[in-house]
Amino acid sequence: MFRKLPKLFEIRSLVIVLIFFVGLVFVPEITAQSTYEITISAAISLKNAFEDIGKIFKERNPGGRLLFNFGGSGDLARQIEVGAPVDVFASAAEKEMDDLDHKDMIIKGTRKDFAWNRVVLIIPMKSPIPLTSFNDLRRGEIQKIAIGNPKTVPAGRYAEEVLRHFNLWEDIKDRLIFAENVRQVLDYVARGEVDAGMVYSTDALVRAKEVRIVAQAPDQSHRQVIYPIAVVKGSKKEALAKEFIAVVTSREGEKILESYGFRVSGQRK
Amino acid sequence: MDGSVLFSLRLSLQVAAVATVLIVLVGTGMAYILASKNFRGREPLDILLTLPLVLPPTVTGYYLILFMGRNGLLGKYLFHWTGWSIMFTWYAAVLASFIVALPLMIKTTRAAIESVDANLIKVSYTLGHGEFKTFFKVILPLSRRGIIAGAVLSFARAMGEFGATLMVAGNIPGKTNTMPIAIYTSASSGDWSKANMMVIFFTLVSGFFIYIANKLSKKVI
Repeated sequence: MFRKLPKLFEIRSLVIVLIFFVGLVFVPEITAQSTYEITISAAISLKNAFEDIGKIFKERNPGGRLLFNFGGSGDLARQIEVGAPVDVFASAAEKEMDDLDHKDMIIKGTRKDFAWNRVVLIIPMKSPIPLTSFNDLRRGEIQKIAIGNPKTVPAGRYAEEVLRHFNLWEDIKDRLIFAENVRQVLDYVARGEVDAGMVYSTDALVRAKEVRIVAQAPDQSHRQVIYPIAVVKGSKKEALAKEFIAVVTSREGEKILESYGFRVSGQRK
Repeated sequence: MDGSVLFSLRLSLQVAAVATVLIVLVGTGMAYILASKNFRGREPLDILLTLPLVLPPTVTGYYLILFMGRNGLLGKYLFHWTGWSIMFTWYAAVLASFIVALPLMIKTTRAAIESVDANLIKVSYTLGHGEFKTFFKVILPLSRRGIIAGAVLSFARAMGEFGATLMVAGNIPGKTNTMPIAIYTSASSGDWSKANMMVIFFTLVSGFFIYIANKLSKKVI
């Protein structure tokens, strides 16, 4: 096809393409010169709360950049293990933090438990299936149940514990759809792609118009959902990292966490 | 090898094999139409079919969810009438592999068909063969190496599909975790020995496929 085109056209378009790529190199940086940059790897269930807390942090420490890396806690811990340049790690379970702690990858003394959560069973808002309890998951109409992948997602591990507590695991194992993080579970349910899912109560609130909570897992059915936070060893901005943790655990930070439905220290049962 | 690795291997081969059969059938037909027919909409059709080759697989996956999801444009009716949805089944992995690998087949086959001596085709028509017979007796045999090369490349691409597959078929151990997805899970959960085994296997197999495809397509031209 190109053979038919006049040579001049060929050369001209080549020049235009080249100018385009060279131009890309010189696009001025949109962000102003930053005075600092810290990266926070946090369990994705903390997304909305941490974004708000980040705003407070930036008001107090203007001029810098705060980078959030949200994901399944297991994935995030693995990234830190292989050397991701992360300053603060906030996990949705003690296990991931313990793993890093045993490998001596967090700074001792900076670790704090700052929030607590609950595990709930949700269904799509428009679901025609009358589901009212965990035991109803046995019903034949329930074909697909989403939970986080227990290997890397704490919410999935708690979900497995709950299902085992109700002696449901073996019966419904074949209906489980594993997601990469808890917000993906939420999305599957909200989109109606699955019949039910297990997330944190705080996640269900984020898309309250699309999903309905049908049951809350009893406290004794799973290990307590604890969120620990710590400064990662090797952080080049240790003071700022500690300050971020201080904001999270301050009264202001706690208020934000509470507004998203988390329980914070002091209120613990 | 432990059971879960063997399962992923078998599933990957199964998905790639089914997808490749469909790709060869549809791809050869499409390539013939694009190579020999001059109709309005040929360029747009070519662009549409080639897009998945250039698009990030996640974009392709997004479109597939849009069309085939339980509440998708087509998936909605499928679920309404049959109570079945393709999402999170191994068929979804086949669909994703099919869409992503199809352009490779079309491109390779189209080139092979276009390089068939036009005089031979004219002779076939002059001797009284219809289009159907000419296609099967003249064009197909003369472009078979290109078709086989396209099939081999498509198979390799289909077996390696990750992004779109993860979005529509999910990552369900024992059901939809094809080898690329199993590698992703192993690496992100720190199971390096399992990942190593699968990565080495994939590298060897892919290298072998490229070798075959090279051997075949060199002789096409």
